[in-house]
Amino acid sequence: MSGRYRILLPVLSLTVLLAAVFYLQPRTMSYFGLNLLFNLAVPIALATIAQMMVIMVNDIDLSIGTFVSFVACVTATFLNDSPLLGAAILFAAILVYAAMGALIHIRQLPAIVVTLGMSFVWAGLAVLLLPSPGGAAPGWIRTLMTVKPPLLPMAVVACVLIAAVTHILIMRSATGTLLRAVGGNAQAVSRAGWSVTKLKAGAYALAGLFGVLAGICLVGLTTSADANIALRYTLLSIAGVILGGGEFTGGKISPVGAVIGALTLSLAGSFLSFMRLSPDWQIGAQGAILILVLAVRLVFTRGGTKWRAAKNG
Amino acid sequence: MANSIASTVIQLPQRPWFWAFVACTVAYFATFALTTGSGGGALLTAALTFASFSAIVGIGQMFVITMGPGNVDLSIPATMTLAATLSLKFMGGETSMIVLGLGLALVVGLGAGTFNYMLIRLLRIPPIIATLSASFLYQSLAIWWNRGLRIKPPQALADFTTGSFFGIPNMTIVGILVAVVSWILLERSIFGRWVSAVGQNRRAARLSGIPVEAVNAITFIGSAVLASLTGYLLASFSGGAALNMGAEYLLISIAVVVIGGCSIAGGNSNVPGIWGGALLMFLVVSMLNSYGLGAGVRLILTGTIIIAIVAAASGRKGTA
Amino acid sequence: MQLVTEAGGSPPASPLVALEDVHMAFGAVRALDGVSLTISPGECVGLIGHNGAGKSTAVNVINGGLTPTGGTVEYMLPDGGTGSGSKIARTCGVRSVFQELSLCPNLTVEETIRVPHRDISGFGWRRTARKRISRSLDQVFPGHGIDPGATVGDLTLAERQMVEIATGFAEGSVPARLIILDEPTSSLDSAVATQLLDHVRAFCTAGGAVIFISHMLGEVFDVATRIDVMKDGKIIASRPTADFTQQSLIDAMGHVASSDAEARTRTDSKTRIGDEVLSTPDGLSARRGEIVGLAGLAGHGQAEALARFFMSRSAGIRHTKAPEVTFVAGDRGRDGVLALWSILQNLTLTKLPSLLNRGLVDRKAENALAQDWKQKIGIRTDNMNNPILSLSGGNQQKVLFARSLASSAPIVVMDDPMRGVDVGTKQEAYDMIRQEAEAGRTFLWYSTETDEVVQCDRVFVFRNGQISAELIGEDITEENILAASFEMREAAS
Repeated sequence: MSGRYRILLPVLSLTVLLAAVFYLQPRTMSYFGLNLLFNLAVPIALATIAQMMVIMVNDIDLSIGTFVSFVACVTATFLNDSPLLGAAILFAAILVYAAMGALIHIRQLPAIVVTLGMSFVWAGLAVLLLPSPGGAAPGWIRTLMTVKPPLLPMAVVACVLIAAVTHILIMRSATGTLLRAVGGNAQAVSRAGWSVTKLKAGAYALAGLFGVLAGICLVGLTTSADANIALRYTLLSIAGVILGGGEFTGGKISPVGAVIGALTLSLAGSFLSFMRLSPDWQIGAQGAILILVLAVRLVFTRGGTKWRAAKNG
Repeated sequence: MANSIASTVIQLPQRPWFWAFVACTVAYFATFALTTGSGGGALLTAALTFASFSAIVGIGQMFVITMGPGNVDLSIPATMTLAATLSLKFMGGETSMIVLGLGLALVVGLGAGTFNYMLIRLLRIPPIIATLSASFLYQSLAIWWNRGLRIKPPQALADFTTGSFFGIPNMTIVGILVAVVSWILLERSIFGRWVSAVGQNRRAARLSGIPVEAVNAITFIGSAVLASLTGYLLASFSGGAALNMGAEYLLISIAVVVIGGCSIAGGNSNVPGIWGGALLMFLVVSMLNSYGLGAGVRLILTGTIIIAIVAAASGRKGTA
Repeated sequence: MQLVTEAGGSPPASPLVALEDVHMAFGAVRALDGVSLTISPGECVGLIGHNGAGKSTAVNVINGGLTPTGGTVEYMLPDGGTGSGSKIARTCGVRSVFQELSLCPNLTVEETIRVPHRDISGFGWRRTARKRISRSLDQVFPGHGIDPGATVGDLTLAERQMVEIATGFAEGSVPARLIILDEPTSSLDSAVATQLLDHVRAFCTAGGAVIFISHMLGEVFDVATRIDVMKDGKIIASRPTADFTQQSLIDAMGHVASSDAEARTRTDSKTRIGDEVLSTPDGLSARRGEIVGLAGLAGHGQAEALARFFMSRSAGIRHTKAPEVTFVAGDRGRDGVLALWSILQNLTLTKLPSLLNRGLVDRKAENALAQDWKQKIGIRTDNMNNPILSLSGGNQQKVLFARSLASSAPIVVMDDPMRGVDVGTKQEAYDMIRQEAEAGRTFLWYSTETDEVVQCDRVFVFRNGQISAELIGEDITEENILAASFEMREAAS
């Protein structure tokens, strides 16, 4: 699929879903309704962006869920009690992410296994910090997450902001372009004299950074944390990237799409509850939507290929 | 004859699974020493029992991973849970239904595997995403079916899964049977050759006339069937199906494949290593337990060990 | 031609790059065996030689990508100093244009120039990048019609090659002083190729230097001031272009004429060939016992046609003891060899369904088959259980031949199987193919080497993915094949 049209399908799926929700529950078409619908979307969007950074360099991160849980635990304990120490811990965590990216590239390790191993480590650290649910959200993040901007609710504004910032960072900036080039043709990048190890470490560090932001925002919403708070983010974030038009290989990603994908996934839950479908089916519906979108995308791609083939003779 | 035995022994350290078993032995004695000599037998029994569950799902995952990069079955936990809940509810605690229940569990596996494969084939999506999205569906299906109830397995089945035969846990016997059959499949049958060929170079395999699609389908179906068998046994063993019963097996199934010395790049796998990896995973946890370490430290060390093993294993390949 | 004698006659004194007795070995393979050459401003060096003569290794040594195992490579810095290494090479303005290698399919045209042009960054970088690539495209290929905002993956092959070339010529923080063009015109049509040749000449006149590698000798004669001929890792001739004729150049490369082999096939072909056994929608057809050649310039759809035909006649779902078609790969690493396996396992793979005993592989039968073929085609190894990669390229190719021929398939598809194979092995393979054809097998044989194609009973020439000519019997000549390969010639005929 051409880069320019990559964003069409995610936008279309979100619009269709949103229209369906508005139709089923007209009351959601309001400030508070939207806030309710997208409330939990902000941390999911951030985690999806984190996952996207890793997928961008042709790897996959199976540890993002436990990492966000770990960050949530740090936020609800250290960052609340002694902000400096908390910030230092989170900074170190980002460095660990960078080191993981470098290790994966230098030793040519399968990212799937290394991140899987790291997921044990983050889970362990989270359990050490908060053996049972608890902690408290720092006041400033609580305030930030419950702020009521005019016109549009906080969740929507935040998502637009995340999309805009990551779009500039990844799609528009020179460095972001170079990072995408690593996913597209790492050999060419290294032949031009760049250090692919450094670039990969950079991409992972960005993943760590957005993972940290996701954890902090999550605590701001839930006001407390536990060690398992974000485990499902691993799968959600992968699904979000794909829903947003991203592909697993070749550095073909779209930050705006990823945010839309995350919104679509969190909206799917609300949609089903309005459909009076039992909450049992919430997860299943996310799977079904994912499959549906991929099926539609296949039709699009095939159509596109045929069209292009016809054009080129 | 003596000569060949000697050469076999000399070649042992070159076997990819050798180091997993060395590590197992070390972990066993480290734990054993700590418990001051008592309970060594009990530890061994426990290790053999719990490792058999990991080994069975691990073998299914191994065949999938052998198919080459990008091939991983992420639906194993959901398939386990689904098969367990459906079959336990179906049996309703009746001893007479045990065989039918097993049949149902296996049919669930067959269905899940076929569905996974159809997604991969028809939607042309990477196996990771296909099995991931499918697992969402299976999970929901299990929740919906089970409604949070915990149904007890038939007494006879529970007795069988927790029992032993001449001192060997029944589960271990099942696990070893599965391993032997898989070993024959992998090492001696044409199917094993084909899986390995596809894993090394899918394009070359297709061009040499291998029915690549069939091999693909069979590995994913096989993985799901083994997962459903494990779900059925594990639920009976632990007195009922729980919705999160499969959760830890996703990580374990991949970890045992890696620890067992199989190449994550595909094409080169072995069955004994899966058992070695499964035993090691359990022994490490119990060793850390017996040192009085909490769940947190245990998890951290497990993760670190997995990464260290992978890093070391890839270095070995680099020097060879 | 005027230009050629001028520049070729008196090379300037200070070279841009100087190689002195460079050796390069990959394990036991000697890719370069004592290469010395200098390139000075204003020169356009045509580097030619057969496949595997060492051209690409030489080029990678010149651009600093490979560090030679012996000898020295020195670059002259703009300030007059000298140095070596890939970093110095870059600061000296040495740039390489390899086909498809420097582009990232996920980026746009303007973005992709950011990778080699390391100085483009900061605010407004996109404008700079767009300006550079557009200007260069306009200069080299006037009227190109490529949108700098288009995604590289969406461009046609020719457009991608144009972007690749334009990136090489584009202005940068360090101006380009030596540009290495490796088969730059392989996907360009003749009009666009002419634009490129004009630009290369202009670039050299303005004081730049170019290394021009091409299989199309006409182009080399057209643009080069000096021609260096490589063979077996050495430069065996280096003279101003005017001192070569097309024939003397071909003789220098070591053209192997095999007219006797040709004659042999021709005489027996009448008795050998039977009824038609295949005919594809593309227009390919073949009869029983026939050796059908696919010719034309490399990359014009021959390999794809073969793969399509093979896929249509073999299923991905069912397996069969009696396949209709087998495939002999030429790109061994990509299409043939299973690198983790032994010679034996590689050899028996296609035949394996017939070697089963109660569902399991009958190892005795497998061993017997392997021994049989080891004798038959002379695989040079003491143990068939050795890893396949322990064999030389030629012997690996023999194993791939054996893999196909061991099966009972009546049709054998060969995708340029003699790539990088030594002459001795080639002769053995030719004999084998002839014997098998005698026994009634049909061969579809794509080859990049004309002396192989002219041995066939019938030849299909490909151009731009389609069959442009079908030649039979006496019509199969190098001239006719070349004529059908080139677009411009056809207009005349």
